[in-house]
Amino acid sequence: MATGEGRASGLRVTFTVILALIFMIVPLPAIIKPGRPNLLLLFVIYWALSAPRIAGLTFAWLCGLAVDLLTGTLLGQHAAAFLLVAFLTHRSQLRMRIFPIYHQTLTVFMLLAVYEFLVFWIDGIIGQEVTTWLRWVPVISGALVWPILVAVLDTWNRRGR
Amino acid sequence: MVTLSSDSRPIIGRGPPLGASFFFLALLSVIIMVVDHRGGYLETASGWLRMATQPFYAVVDAPSQAWNWLTNSFADRGDLRRDNQRLNEQLRTARVKLLRFDALIEENQRLRAIREASQGISERTLIAEIIKVDVDPFRHRVRIDKGSEDGVFKDQPVLDAFGIVGQVTRVDRYGAEIILISDAAHAVPVQINRNGIRSIAVGLGDVGKMSLPYLTVEADAKVGDLLVSSGLDGIFPSGYPVARITKVERDPAETFAVVEAKPLAQLDRIREVLLLWQRSPSATVPAVNDSAPTAVEKGKEKERPNASVPAPTSIPAQPSTRPAAAPSAAPAATPPPTEPAPTTAPANTPSRPAQ
Repeated sequence: MATGEGRASGLRVTFTVILALIFMIVPLPAIIKPGRPNLLLLFVIYWALSAPRIAGLTFAWLCGLAVDLLTGTLLGQHAAAFLLVAFLTHRSQLRMRIFPIYHQTLTVFMLLAVYEFLVFWIDGIIGQEVTTWLRWVPVISGALVWPILVAVLDTWNRRGR
Repeated sequence: MVTLSSDSRPIIGRGPPLGASFFFLALLSVIIMVVDHRGGYLETASGWLRMATQPFYAVVDAPSQAWNWLTNSFADRGDLRRDNQRLNEQLRTARVKLLRFDALIEENQRLRAIREASQGISERTLIAEIIKVDVDPFRHRVRIDKGSEDGVFKDQPVLDAFGIVGQVTRVDRYGAEIILISDAAHAVPVQINRNGIRSIAVGLGDVGKMSLPYLTVEADAKVGDLLVSSGLDGIFPSGYPVARITKVERDPAETFAVVEAKPLAQLDRIREVLLLWQRSPSATVPAVNDSAPTAVEKGKEKERPNASVPAPTSIPAQPSTRPAAAPSAAPAATPPPTEPAPTTAPANTPSRPAQ
């Protein structure tokens, strides 16, 4: 029984990851393009909180590697950033799960900021820095999306159980 | 609050400890990053991995493909007729122009033969389609649907019907990534078509604007001047239109004028681009991969200090095959042996400043 549910959950994780990867490269109008929330990272955080057994560090790292391959950045750059976020999430997982939603959103905001900073930093090291302030918009938009995402995925998880 | 799924036991205390696997994976990513950044030893491995991402591009591109197909197949009869007429007219005018060019090409070849210079460029082109995906909002990179299977190679020049679009930065099996000339990390060596003054057109990260930072205050540049590629980088063939000057600001107190230009290629609207082979692809591919300086893409930092001194040099009015004065930015921009057209002699002639 436990394995059956595990598989269902695994399918769900895979589905959300594919969805987020597609969302990452869907063409958007130029105005809202820089503000595209990093859905994949939010999913990784969510699954690290709710299904830590499936979504471990290796999972997060592979997601990051997929981002690198898909967007053609330096191989390993996003993988390292995803890994760091997943690590921090797993460290504080037991606490974060019982946070009230606003507190949780704030924590996610901070995780997203750490992520963007690491990506920005590695960009700077390899001499391709993007210094426009617009690159920090996904941190805000991602944090704004988080409560909605949690509500939707929670409903889905409860129904699917 | 996040719902706990059935298997929500913490992973701490199970399997390898969290810190250990974090450390291991972090080390792995650092190694991958270093290896990928220096030397690109991962070309083949990442090429195979990138093939796995191809379905994602296909899925994302599918709606716009379908829309194109729909509009094409249900096009109005009247529209088609009008299109046909317009295209016929264009073809006729182009033919007339070509008649003149035929004579010019022959004359050019005769003159080259007299001067015993290299033969003119024999070129092959291939149309590639741009895949409608957003890879990075802050960099001007696009993906095309032709890859190494079609003979596309790194640093290959990419054009459209109006001018230079960019160059290939990465090649997969069935796709490639091109960097547009408007990317902030890209620069094209150009010369003003009217008088042959050479400079470098640097992208600004804005599709409608490029900057020419190395034209001195007294350089003869006017609004409306056409900038063509000078071919000094060994990547872009010489003589292709790049941009048109839109703004020249001269402050007598400064050394360099503020010159802006608008790219001629329709960087934000194109759907199809032309890939250019300067000789047969079999001859070009290995040679270019080995010896082509990755001049323009990364060379911005390299060229900046050098080019500030001699860049705006003037050469005799007609573009000659042997540059009278090459900017000593040349180390970054010496043409590889396969580059056919310019510099039959190493261009170490001391450069002359602008008059």
